Formats: sequence, C-alpha cells, structure tokens
Amino acid sequence: MPTTEALTGGFSDAPVQAARAFRAALEVMARPGHIAPVTGAQAPGLSGAASVLLLTLCDRETPLHLAQGSDSAALRDWVAFHLGAPLVPAEEAMFALGSWAALAPLERFRIGTAEYPDRAVTLIVEMDRLAPDGARLTGPGIATEARLSLPETAAFQRNNALFPLGWDAFFTCGDDIAALPRSTKVEAA
Amino acid sequence: MTDAAYNFAYLDEQTKRMIRRAILKGLAVPGYQVPFASREMPMPYGWGTGGVQVTAACLTPDDVLKVIDQGADDTTNAVSIRRFFERTGGVAVTTRTEEASVIQTRHRIPETPLTEGQILVYQVPIPEPLRFLEPRETETRKMHALEEYGLMHVKLYEDIAHNGAISTAYAYPVKVEGRYVMDPSPIPKFDNPRLESAAIQLFGAGREQRIYALPPHTKVVSLDFEDHPFDPSKADHDCDLCGSGSSYLDEVIMDDEGGRMFVCSDTDYCATRRARGFRGALSSEEDAA
Ligand SMILES: [Zn+2]
Repeated sequence: MPTTEALTGGFSDAPVQAARAFRAALEVMARPGHIAPVTGAQAPGLSGAASVLLLTLCDRETPLHLAQGSDSAALRDWVAFHLGAPLVPAEEAMFALGSWAALAPLERFRIGTAEYPDRAVTLIVEMDRLAPDGARLTGPGIATEARLSLPETAAFQRNNALFPLGWDAFFTCGDDIAALPRSTKVEAA
Repeated sequence: MTDAAYNFAYLDEQTKRMIRRAILKGLAVPGYQVPFASREMPMPYGWGTGGVQVTAACLTPDDVLKVIDQGADDTTNAVSIRRFFERTGGVAVTTRTEEASVIQTRHRIPETPLTEGQILVYQVPIPEPLRFLEPRETETRKMHALEEYGLMHVKLYEDIAHNGAISTAYAYPVKVEGRYVMDPSPIPKFDNPRLESAAIQLFGAGREQRIYALPPHTKVVSLDFEDHPFDPSKADHDCDLCGSGSSYLDEVIMDDEGGRMFVCSDTDYCATRRARGFRGALSSEEDAA
C-alpha cells in the first residue's frame, strides 16, 4: 500500500493548476533565461517546482527516469499514484529528473533522430540556486542576451552543437522554473 | 461561468498534456513540425481544429482571448471559436489586439505589433511547405532532416523565370534560424516580416496533426534570391475608411456598378484608427450613416 505521503501533494484543481503551470513552462521554454514561479504540488523529496512540472507534463505515456539522489521509495509511490509514468533507465526516458551531477553522464539520454528531433528527453534539473546571472545566453526566444545560473557551460555547448538534435532542460529551485532548449547558444560568464 | 458539462477548455487533461509536450518540443526546435495525436473537436476540419487544440492547451482562466479570421473578429468562424472558449474555458474575450493575451488567427497577423507575454496561435491547413513538391510524408521528412531545400529554391526560381517575380502571395515559405523551411500558414506574404515578433507564435494543423512554433525574436527569413529579393508587396492604395497607408487591404465591391473600396483587413486596427479620428477617402459617407 502506498504511504499517505504518496496520496497527497497533487493538484487540488488539476485543470486550472496544470493550465497555469503549463503557461509558466511555455513562457520559460520560449524565453530561455526567464524565471517564473509555479505552485500547487509537493512530491516527496522534490522541490515544489519539479513536483508541479511532473504533474503538468508527465503521465502513463511518458517514461520517466529518476536519477540517484532524487529516487526514493516515497517518490516512486507518488509517481505511481499521481502520474502513472513508467520508471525507466536514462536511455529510455522521455523525462529525467535529478540534480545536475546525478543526471550525468548526459550522453545516455535520447537526443531525437534526424527525422524526429522531438523524440528527445526533457531534463528536469533540481538546482540549489536559480538566478538571472552567470552564463550568457543567445538564440531563439532572446531579444539580445539573457543570463542564467547554469550548473556549467560545456555540456550545453556540446548539446547546442547537435542542433536540431539534443535534449532540452528545465531547471527547478523552490517554486521557480527556468528552461534551456537545445537551440540556445551558451557562453561562460 | 464555465459550462460544467465540459472539461476546462474542452479537452481532457491527458490530451492537453500530450499537446503541451508537443508545443514545448516545437519551441525547442523552431520551425520543425512536431507530430501530435489530433483529437476530434466539435467543429469541422477547416474551422481551425489544430489552432483550437493548441489554444485549448495554452489557455488559463486569466486569459483574454481574441479570435480573428482573415483579420476580422466578426466572421462566423471567429465568433464560434470565441464563444466555444467563453463557454468551455470561462475566459474573457476581446477584439482589441493590445488587450488580448492569446490571439487565435486564421490567415492574418494583426497590424498592431504584438508584445512580450502575448501568444499568437495560427490555424494551419497544410503545415508541410514541401508538400507541393513531394506528396509523400516519408520523403518530406527526409528532406527536412537533410536540409534538402534545393528543389524548393528551384521551384521559386522557375516562378521568376516564368513570371518575372515569385508569384506566391500566400503561405510564402520562410527559413527559421537558418535551419528549417516552414509554412507560415496562408497569411499574405505582406505579413511575413511580422513573423519576427516579441510574441510566442504557435501553429496547429488539426487534420495533418502537426504543431510547430516560433519563440519570440526567432530569425525568420522569407526565401528569396540575391537578384530577386523578397518583396512583401503593399497595395498601392490607402484604406478608404481610416486612411492607413501601411496596412493590408481587402478590396470590397460596393455596388452593382463596379464601385470598389479598399479597407483594412484587420477590422480592430481600422476601427481603432477611426475612433481616434483618422479618416479615409470614402469614410465621410460611412461615418455619416
Ligand atoms: Zn483602415
């Protein structure tokens, strides 16, 4: 039997909360470097923001990888109850969640195919800090330049060089989300 | 009030998640057509079921929605889509471009420049810009994968050879960020320069089950040649109602004697200008009525 913790922490009004959360996800993916708040969910051991993203984007149709450190029995129960997403190894994941260090090596993840570049993983990266400073971002969604406190720059540069293939990343910290699609050019601060 | 018989914005949550995931991948790979499992909507194909599904996946109860058809807010199609979302999403609606947070459109980009925070959703009949060259989906997908756009250029150049200019007036193909060739939907090529926008632009094709996207400020270049640069071709006329010399005009037949007038296709833009006191060559009779 799942614990009580697994049964709580979901949306209380899913259609409206998911709609608001998706709008934030849409805004940050469309504007790399932009940071937006999301609320309404709490999964065991995760930030509120990561919990909200999981509830908004994942379900039975989205194989999910939980990286070391985020993976726990309590979280597995929560995922089973709220999302029904199959838990899979990194190589098969449509979504992957964990700290930056735990998600490495990133070469394991799906980057899409030449004909279907959309068949690539979306990373949800739990961060200790998320702020509009640090690495310089340019590309689609950015008028001139943006800044974001990325965990590093080299991996994002390698990923961008694969465009139109590559993975896309959400960053979560507390109630905040930001994103970096594969299309963004990243330079060290 | 939302009609309780419907899910919020009509679609069930699982369908919205599927569409939302496709939209996010579309934003990550600008101009690439993401397949999605289009759902039956309570309106016929050709009424913008792709756009309606994208709008449904994006709307929140805080939105102010504008729907235009060929630039007009008051056509049957625009009115019925607007009512649909009032009923199923409980959203506020407007005809004013600058008041809208989400705008669903068929065949036009509003004249009023869009701003950060706005979303423009296009209804797309045929998402594949290479379809007229190659009917097979497997082949066009390969052509996009290999950036094999030579045939497209040959076709456009043949047009110049035969007509002295590229004759394509609508759905004029563009290249996105130097990578994907994209169909901007049947907007007049006059609107093409506005595809570079501060707004998020999302394209939904229902029958063909494709979603694609342009993040704000994405580079969008209309295909052309050095010796034949792209020409958005503005009609050599001002609006007869509001006097605008920069808007896209519709030609309207006024009477059986062949009397004609040119009016802004963007009805909100034209009405707003007239409300501010701008007048066109034929506006005195109109306004006196
Ligand atoms: Zn006018």
